[in-house]
Amino acid sequence: MDKIICVCGHENPAGTKLCGKCGRPLTEEAKQSKIVDMKYDGAAIRSKTRNKSIVDKIWNFFSSVKVGIALIIINLIAASIGTIFPQEFYISVSTEEEKAIYYEKTYGSLGKLYYELGLSDIYSSWWFQVLVGMLAISIIVASIDRGIPLHRSLKNQRVKRHESFMKRQRVISEGPITEGDSAKTLSLVEEKLKKLKYKVRREGNALLAERGRFARYGPYINHVGLIIFLTAVMLRLVPGFYVDESMWVREGEMRAVPGMEGYFIENEEFILELHDNEATENQELQGVNVVAKNYQTNVKLYKQAEDAIPGKADNLELVKEYSIKVNHPLQHEGYSFYQMDFRLNEIKTMNFELTNKATGESLGAVSVDLTNPQDEYVIDDQTKVELLGYYPDFSGFENGEPQTATPTPNNPAFIFKMTTPENPEGEVSFVAIQQTIEPNGDNEYKMAFNSVETRNMSGLTVHKDSSIPWLALGGAIFMIGVAIGSYWNHRRLWVEQLEDGTIRLAAHTNKNWFGMKKDLDAVTEYAHLPKYIDQSDDEKDDEDEEKEKEGDSTL
Amino acid sequence: MSLIDISGNLLFAAFIAYLVGTLLFGGAIKSSKPDGAVTRADKWGKLALIVTIIGFLAHIGYFITRWIYKGHAPVSNMFEFTTAFGMFIIAAFILIYYMYRLTALGLVALPVAILIIGYAAMFPNDVDPLVPSLQSYWLTIHVITAAMGQSILAISAVAGLLYLLKSINPKKKSKSRFWMEAVLYFGVLVVGFILATLIFKGFGYEADFTFIDTKDAEAKITYNMPAVFGMNDYTLLTDDVMEPLVEMPAVINAKKLTTVFWAFIFGTVIYLLVRLVARRRILDMLHPLVQKVNLNLLDEVGYRSVLIGFPVFTLGALVFAMIWAQEAWGRYWGWDPKEVWALITWLFYAAYLHLRLSKGWEGKKSAWLAVIGFAIILFNLIVVNLVIAGLHSYAA
Repeated sequence: MDKIICVCGHENPAGTKLCGKCGRPLTEEAKQSKIVDMKYDGAAIRSKTRNKSIVDKIWNFFSSVKVGIALIIINLIAASIGTIFPQEFYISVSTEEEKAIYYEKTYGSLGKLYYELGLSDIYSSWWFQVLVGMLAISIIVASIDRGIPLHRSLKNQRVKRHESFMKRQRVISEGPITEGDSAKTLSLVEEKLKKLKYKVRREGNALLAERGRFARYGPYINHVGLIIFLTAVMLRLVPGFYVDESMWVREGEMRAVPGMEGYFIENEEFILELHDNEATENQELQGVNVVAKNYQTNVKLYKQAEDAIPGKADNLELVKEYSIKVNHPLQHEGYSFYQMDFRLNEIKTMNFELTNKATGESLGAVSVDLTNPQDEYVIDDQTKVELLGYYPDFSGFENGEPQTATPTPNNPAFIFKMTTPENPEGEVSFVAIQQTIEPNGDNEYKMAFNSVETRNMSGLTVHKDSSIPWLALGGAIFMIGVAIGSYWNHRRLWVEQLEDGTIRLAAHTNKNWFGMKKDLDAVTEYAHLPKYIDQSDDEKDDEDEEKEKEGDSTL
Repeated sequence: MSLIDISGNLLFAAFIAYLVGTLLFGGAIKSSKPDGAVTRADKWGKLALIVTIIGFLAHIGYFITRWIYKGHAPVSNMFEFTTAFGMFIIAAFILIYYMYRLTALGLVALPVAILIIGYAAMFPNDVDPLVPSLQSYWLTIHVITAAMGQSILAISAVAGLLYLLKSINPKKKSKSRFWMEAVLYFGVLVVGFILATLIFKGFGYEADFTFIDTKDAEAKITYNMPAVFGMNDYTLLTDDVMEPLVEMPAVINAKKLTTVFWAFIFGTVIYLLVRLVARRRILDMLHPLVQKVNLNLLDEVGYRSVLIGFPVFTLGALVFAMIWAQEAWGRYWGWDPKEVWALITWLFYAAYLHLRLSKGWEGKKSAWLAVIGFAIILFNLIVVNLVIAGLHSYAA
């Protein structure tokens, strides 16, 4: 690689814009400009110097800020497309066919297209993830590409800069001091700037004052944070890092916790509380009469003893008793249990009376526990009821056979065979809610419905996400970096006293020129420096012919 | 007078103070005659700021009294959040004012806040009960930080608008003149929405309908404006009111469409009247007011507001949001529309900050970006809350 040798004798790597030692502009572009481009302090950037191999070309592509911005915008647009219609995980159908029908039926042909293009599950699509991945690569490459040369040039700063560098800064001043002894000027400048918390270095008749250099590292720190965050998101794919299961537990029931070996959870009680306010205007607008106040499941978490047989609910030790509420998950050893759903009043037990139709006389009660239906219910040695069939969610007959839609007892139906002293052969009856069919004609007895016992069911989700600490770390580093980069700025002042005692000054800040100028005002007054000018002021607002010179900064 | 009434009156007082403040800021800026104008401008400016601060204190008073009355931060429905947003915009303005002493910002910041509060007041201001997922101290932390971030970012749009008001030549035909006038027209549409709502409410307009919703179930709806668009398969139940002109499919909420329609009609009529009376563009009327502002400084204020607001927004709208989501639902990110739009806002301002590194993306271009950023924030506030259904949706 060709080195660029500056007039001052300093050897600069190819691609350097401003000499690393004296600051002289080295490129034609820099020489032509009125205000020099101070990005990365004019250091040579890998992507701007090498462009031969494929690796160089890929590197250069991803290191470009323009490409980075384009990727941000593309990601932004892709993300927004996903909000046009609800994503698949927010609609309550499960199979592919149902989804296709749902989108077409609800949103018409646009919805159909949306589904068919895969936009209804955009965030898990390969191309969306590729886009995010490309953005991540761009962040890494651009940070290395620019961060290292910037760090080098900031570390090796010389105090004295060449006139051609100084004059091409945005804020400059040149001339004799306004009053006092010019021999003291540099000391006065140093004194004042030290008071303003600058680090001041002097070399002969030149002075460099610098403050908040670490602010230049803010962007690189936040990029590191982002990369840690994105990596942590991908950790989810590692087996065992991430558990996301859901379970239903009925009141009084104990179940093995999916994804959490050796643990059992018992639902003691599910509680639903409602607000007792009068419906507000918003509620009326939304057609909501009552608003829920609390969803709560009181649970007991058990752990199996070490030597127990896996999956068997015996030999349990109570670990925790807790009331799981929304916003208050039960947490244990990295696992969390969330209150997610509920179902009220699921039928648990149905109570019947074996009744003589004519007299209304009862021979005894039969109580069918739907979670554990018996084959036969014996009342006495002459009287019993056999359960020939149980259909938890009766949906009608098919070929004369009763059908059940689901195993959930939403609409229980039974076929009973009633054996009584009068009918030792037994009478068969089909009993469903508000429906009785007697296949053999007129029975003498019936199973009269007496009462029903219900219970609630809680839907819990079980989560474990071992990537959380890494996410937190990435997020924290990002926030620190972004705060450093935003709330602090790197200010520099170069002052040189020429042979005749006149002063040449140049100032640079990466952000917040207003604050820089305040410092300049203070030091100008204190050390009686010549008035500074902002060379960018006359570049802007050329559109307005009748503009009054500078405008008033107080307005 | 109960606490909630006091609260309402304080909000009203703040609103009036902001109106007066706007006029005073106008006075402060306008006086440019050489008859000791600088001192007069100074006096007007100081007075304007005092009135603004009084208004802000009343606004905080509203917020605190409502907080005490409800027992939790009043940021849980559209009315509350939007009024709080207006309050934080004023706060951000005062903050930036004390950093830069830029009086002219008030001329745009106050009207923006006024429109936002006016818009908020069109929503029911009842105290709504909190659903279980909102019963968390994270509601306070997350929403208030996010709103603060958005408000500081909004100040960059305020500076951007001022920049554009000054730098766009109203006499010369250009794309930027067209779009700037379009932005001002949008402001007038908000006034149109407020006026339409108030007028029809004043007449007590009500029309009940039944209709068939997307789930093929019959539902009821009450229009408070003459129904231009009818809901899917509607039946009008009220006598002597307008029959809808067009029937909409179930997926479109024709009631909201009707509201948008009337806001559009009222806003456009106002706009045309203004144009007819003044015989000038609104831009043309505002342009002379801001002649004395320094563009370089405005550019910097715009950039600085993004720098200050971006970390706050990230913290409130993403970091705290994720922590809360993890606690409430067990997943820190769920691609809920509001989440996605917070991410979009964040990405947009990230692009803004990176564009400032490229040459030429300062000044006018940067000002336009700031205005677009604010448009995204408003989109997230209005469209995502009211139209796109999701966890944050205030619509049923």
